[in-house]
Amino acid sequence: MKSVLEWQIATVQAICQETHRVKTFTLALPDWSPHRAGQHYDIRLTAPDGYQAQRSYSIASEPERRGELDLTVERIENGEVSTYLHDVLIPGDQIEVRGPIGGYFVWEASMAGPLLLVAGGSGIVPLMVMIRHRRAARSTVPTRLLYSSRTAEDIIYAEEMDQLVATQPGLGIYHTLTRAQPHGWTGYARRIDVDMLREVATPLGSALRSYVCGPTSLVESVADQLTALGLPADRIRTERFGPTGGTL
Amino acid sequence: MPKGFISRGFQGRRVQSDDQSRIPPGQHETADFPVLSAGPTPRIVLEAWTFEINGLVKKPIHWTWDEFRKLKSQPYTVDIHCVTKWTKLGTQWEGVSVDTLLEYVELEPNAHFVTAFCDGGYTTNLPLEDITGGKAFIAYNYDGRPLPREHGGPARLVVPHLYFWKSAKWVRGFTFTEQDELGFWESLGYHRRGDPWKEQRYRGD
Repeated sequence: MKSVLEWQIATVQAICQETHRVKTFTLALPDWSPHRAGQHYDIRLTAPDGYQAQRSYSIASEPERRGELDLTVERIENGEVSTYLHDVLIPGDQIEVRGPIGGYFVWEASMAGPLLLVAGGSGIVPLMVMIRHRRAARSTVPTRLLYSSRTAEDIIYAEEMDQLVATQPGLGIYHTLTRAQPHGWTGYARRIDVDMLREVATPLGSALRSYVCGPTSLVESVADQLTALGLPADRIRTERFGPTGGTL
Repeated sequence: MPKGFISRGFQGRRVQSDDQSRIPPGQHETADFPVLSAGPTPRIVLEAWTFEINGLVKKPIHWTWDEFRKLKSQPYTVDIHCVTKWTKLGTQWEGVSVDTLLEYVELEPNAHFVTAFCDGGYTTNLPLEDITGGKAFIAYNYDGRPLPREHGGPARLVVPHLYFWKSAKWVRGFTFTEQDELGFWESLGYHRRGDPWKEQRYRGD
């Protein structure tokens, strides 16, 4: 991490609609510095009268992509910053950012694994960047992602996940859809529970590292269940996304 | 001129009340109480719980849960500010002032800093003057009920004038030191002291 995190003015290069509520913003940074998979950036918006609002957003792009970064943002109804980003921001606009920030909920290929990633909703973002970093670093660390979404339409990065599973050795991605499932769905169809975690985690052995990110209720229960399955606390790293948790 | 780059078309969602003066720069008010922690919530057995004061004190001391609950306690109503940008106004707690705890020990003259240590291995560092003079307490009730475990129960440190990562959950004691020894988040790039009114979020702020 840099000794001082200065604000800098990034330029929006592209905006990609991921799902009906989620967009990815590609930002070009004049002073880009390498981040670690799992870190975040702060965004600061300033109104003409000086009023300011700040929020943190997870970096979605792997550190091997230099000079720019992706931030994937869910639009929160009645939100202040996410609604501005979704409803107002267009390519060519400029926006103040600083980062990268955070040094615990991170994974680097050199840390090895095996890796168990558990995500709920937009909590996928810092875990997806770990998988993208794994690909860029040509890591073959056994890695399994268990990803809980409400419906098939809410799965963020769905197409890329299919491609990753088809091309990356040692990677498995397991979905659960908690609210509605499409016809012929073969994945899980319930909230994550201890049986589901055991099925997904057992092939990874007992020496795994786990990263859990999502809404507080999911993170609390999954962390408890991983503890019940015998995983030591220092192998369970958590990050929470809530409507007011500052990260959405 | 405002500090910062004006964002095209940004007006912001203003709070239409006097409360705006209670919200530090870059923060926004929230009505609920988000949970943030780096790992699983520890399961704590009250029979095995102690609160300990050690390090640069003439004689270390510890209290069992029952002993701690008999210490003089008081209600607190405070505003809290999380570095992840939310502020919660008027939170209500009950607990024991750190001043009360320090009546039971004699500090060495070079005890300038304290490390709060916790179940789960979390630590945070504070200067002595940030936890004395009525500025900090060990809370065991929140909103009239026992503090929920995900919010740090059975007991957490509360230092409301600093960012809330200083208010260590599942606190088990203080170690007094001569030097300021960085705690968990402080050694991972967060600010050494964390004054929300000076926006001391990260190292160098």
